[in-house]
Amino acid sequence: MNNFSLIRNTGGQLVYLSSTGDTHNGIVPVRAFPISAPDQGISLTDSDGHEVIWINNLADLPEAARALILEELANREFTPKINRIHHVSSYATPSTWQVATDRGDTELLLPGEDHIRRLSHTALLITDAHGVSFLLPDIEALDGHSRKMLDRFL
Amino acid sequence: MTIPPSIPANNTLPDRWRASVAVHLTNIVMTDNEEIQGWLEINLDARLHFAQRLLLLTDQRLLSFSDSPSESCEYRYRAGLRIRRRDHGGVGRIELFDGVVRQACWFYTLAHDAQATRFVKQFEQQLAGFLSGIAVPRSAPECCPDCLTPYPDDSRECAYCNATLNAPPSSWTLFRLWRFAKPYQWQLLAGFLLMLGSTAATLVPPYLTIPLMDKVLIPYQNGVPIDFGLVAWLLTGLLGSALLAWGLGWAKTYILALVSERIGADLRTLTYQHLLNLSLEYFGGKRTGDLMSRIGSESDRICVFLSLHLLDFATDVLMILMTAAILFSINPWLALATLLPLPFIAWMIHNVRDRLRTGFEKIDRVWSEVSNVLADTIPGIRVVKAFAQEGREAERFYTANQHNLQVNDRINKIWSLFSPSVSLLTEIGLLVVWAFGIWLVSHDQITVGVLLAFLAYISRFYARLDSMSRIVSVTQKSAAAAKRIFDILDHVSSVPEPANPVHLYKVNGGIEIRDAGFRYGNRAVIKGLNLCIAPGEMIGLVGHSGSGKSTLVNLMCRFYDVSEGTISLDGVNIRALPIAEYRRNIGLVLQEPFLFFGSIAENIAYGKPAATRAEIVAAARAAFAHEFILRLPHGYDSLVGERGQGLSGGERQRISIARALLIDPRILILDEATASVDTETEKEIQKALDNLVQGRTTIAIAHRLSTLHKANRLVVMDKGEIVEIGNHDDLMEKQGAYYRLYQAQARNVDTDLNDAAINIPLNSKVTT
Repeated sequence: MNNFSLIRNTGGQLVYLSSTGDTHNGIVPVRAFPISAPDQGISLTDSDGHEVIWINNLADLPEAARALILEELANREFTPKINRIHHVSSYATPSTWQVATDRGDTELLLPGEDHIRRLSHTALLITDAHGVSFLLPDIEALDGHSRKMLDRFL
Repeated sequence: MTIPPSIPANNTLPDRWRASVAVHLTNIVMTDNEEIQGWLEINLDARLHFAQRLLLLTDQRLLSFSDSPSESCEYRYRAGLRIRRRDHGGVGRIELFDGVVRQACWFYTLAHDAQATRFVKQFEQQLAGFLSGIAVPRSAPECCPDCLTPYPDDSRECAYCNATLNAPPSSWTLFRLWRFAKPYQWQLLAGFLLMLGSTAATLVPPYLTIPLMDKVLIPYQNGVPIDFGLVAWLLTGLLGSALLAWGLGWAKTYILALVSERIGADLRTLTYQHLLNLSLEYFGGKRTGDLMSRIGSESDRICVFLSLHLLDFATDVLMILMTAAILFSINPWLALATLLPLPFIAWMIHNVRDRLRTGFEKIDRVWSEVSNVLADTIPGIRVVKAFAQEGREAERFYTANQHNLQVNDRINKIWSLFSPSVSLLTEIGLLVVWAFGIWLVSHDQITVGVLLAFLAYISRFYARLDSMSRIVSVTQKSAAAAKRIFDILDHVSSVPEPANPVHLYKVNGGIEIRDAGFRYGNRAVIKGLNLCIAPGEMIGLVGHSGSGKSTLVNLMCRFYDVSEGTISLDGVNIRALPIAEYRRNIGLVLQEPFLFFGSIAENIAYGKPAATRAEIVAAARAAFAHEFILRLPHGYDSLVGERGQGLSGGERQRISIARALLIDPRILILDEATASVDTETEKEIQKALDNLVQGRTTIAIAHRLSTLHKANRLVVMDKGEIVEIGNHDDLMEKQGAYYRLYQAQARNVDTDLNDAAINIPLNSKVTT
């Protein structure tokens, strides 16, 4: 995969030059398993959503292309990780949570308990009323205060 | 130069930005008449971290502010400037282009989407105004003061804020049951008075032990003969009070149980009625097992709580108050000693209450998890068996059950400690009374009779405390149940009834869709769609699966409401029409016909229960269902189950067509009506459908393009947008999206039969 050619044009779009010489504008990288295996199975699709090329593993790519893809993914993927729950407005839903995430402090509106999805024994995915997904990677890593509040919703 | 730009009243800047905007504006040269035209507060920075940003729009430029002044920048209007808004995965972005070069990109979470859309529009107006030199007229539609979204046409309530800012319910959920108790207030009052009387009656016997002891038994021990007249009086008093307590107690329990049963029934009915009126969106997000347990078992739990536990509790409280009053009137000091342990018990109850409540809420949730496994698996049993996954499903149930067990174990640990502790305190309390009582008797402060009366009272008293401690758990349990029921009742339908309904007396069936947009979660499913359908016209909706055809049809039926734009029927916004009245004009034939349990005649007449037999037969004839129905042993009275056992797919489909025909709708929607049957049956159904389509506005979705030969126009959809409109010949000539679809199908025509067989989902269509 060393002849892999991916550049960013002045319009901020990614452009892929295939080995057959075709250029594809507006490339959008998509993770196939964003939760279970984020670094494996990445599809580059064109602006219509058709797959242009499939990448088995990000590590197979040359450095520059990988950086571009990761940059674009970082811009597209928005799943703040919750590190701490400061406060919840009520234990009955809808409830507004003040949380600290890896992207700074924010608040989220939990419309119902069924918006908390159990990914594994310790990981949760919380979708707020506006469709933003928050990841809680490890319940056990939370401090006691946060866990106590979270426990009321599980 | 630096005249602070005037800010329109309805565009009040948030306070936190006023200072930095003012500082910035004094640093740059500002022409005299530059005015702020709009602003947008966004909450993400370039690295998608949460941070506040402000975009400001004047009539000459676009400015962006952040907390650090160095990051502020400005973009003067010039030709070639272009703005674009899009979103993905819950994050919206606004990009500013100069020609093809991207100048800037701002991000926000979709909470700000309504404002962002508005801001982009404002920008385009201002830019156009600047370039043409014609000032943009200050159109001031009435806006919601909170989010600046203009009010919808038919109401003064902001649709955007209402949808998101629903406040959490208060924790005093059980008191909200009063709404259901109110119609029965007089019965409740009568019950309460009876309770007062019966409780008072039960307190008489211990009081009578005082004279019995002091005036009869102790004098007898000291050599005084027994006064049999007095004894007879006292014993009659004991019997009388017991009989009175029995009678009053019976009446009280009967009346209150009657009332609480009615409250429970009302609650259940109302919840179900409310549930039925919620939008499909709600049902899509909930699981059947969970909803069933909420309406069934949890309303029952509330009912038991009201009729049994709450009643007991109220009796107990009354008894304690009355007992305390009697004790104090006899001897305040001994009464004080008797009541001493009460605060401890109250404290203990309070302490355990919190843990128990969370625990019981948890048990409820886990319990619905268990029933959800059942509700998921049993309807899909064919799939489970076909893939030989019985073992895994059993394992899934086992896991859910284990989880249930764990949670129960944890709460039982607290719970089991609770009752014995109360008993222990009771014993200690009795000990205190004995000790203090003997001391008082030895000092001639009280008589032996008084001490015995105290002991009789207090043993009842503590017995009640013990049972009262049980109220903690049941109250919490039913509060949790009430909360879950009110969760349904509080849920406002996302397809609300109009505040000022418009009635259409004669429907022609002309449909107009303007700039319609619809978002499912954070995914835009329909984008800026425009379509005008003339009365009586037949439209064929074509496109790949996932292109938004079914969503469009759901929007037309108003199962969901559009997020942007409007859909109107004969020129009236469908949101202004009463929902039931509007839907009465729509006949829907689905890919999966759903037959309810009942006779075939009842199923055909589902949309019009008052239909005569002649009408039913006529509809069945028109749907080509008459003959096969006659072949069934009981004709129109044959029973069909929920999945229509005993009928083939084509037969069930024709029954559902007859059902649509019977209500004689102006608008007909066929959602893949022939997709899951074989070609031969399809022809029969097609004949039935041709009858149905006559003279009605029809929207047909079809996978097989050949079934749309009667359509006046074909609408080709892709990714939520219309890509082509026209009749078959025009579209073929164009060689566009339709042409490609058609070619692809023509190539597969040989394998079509096999396809159709495979297309039949395994878990439905039980045609045994």
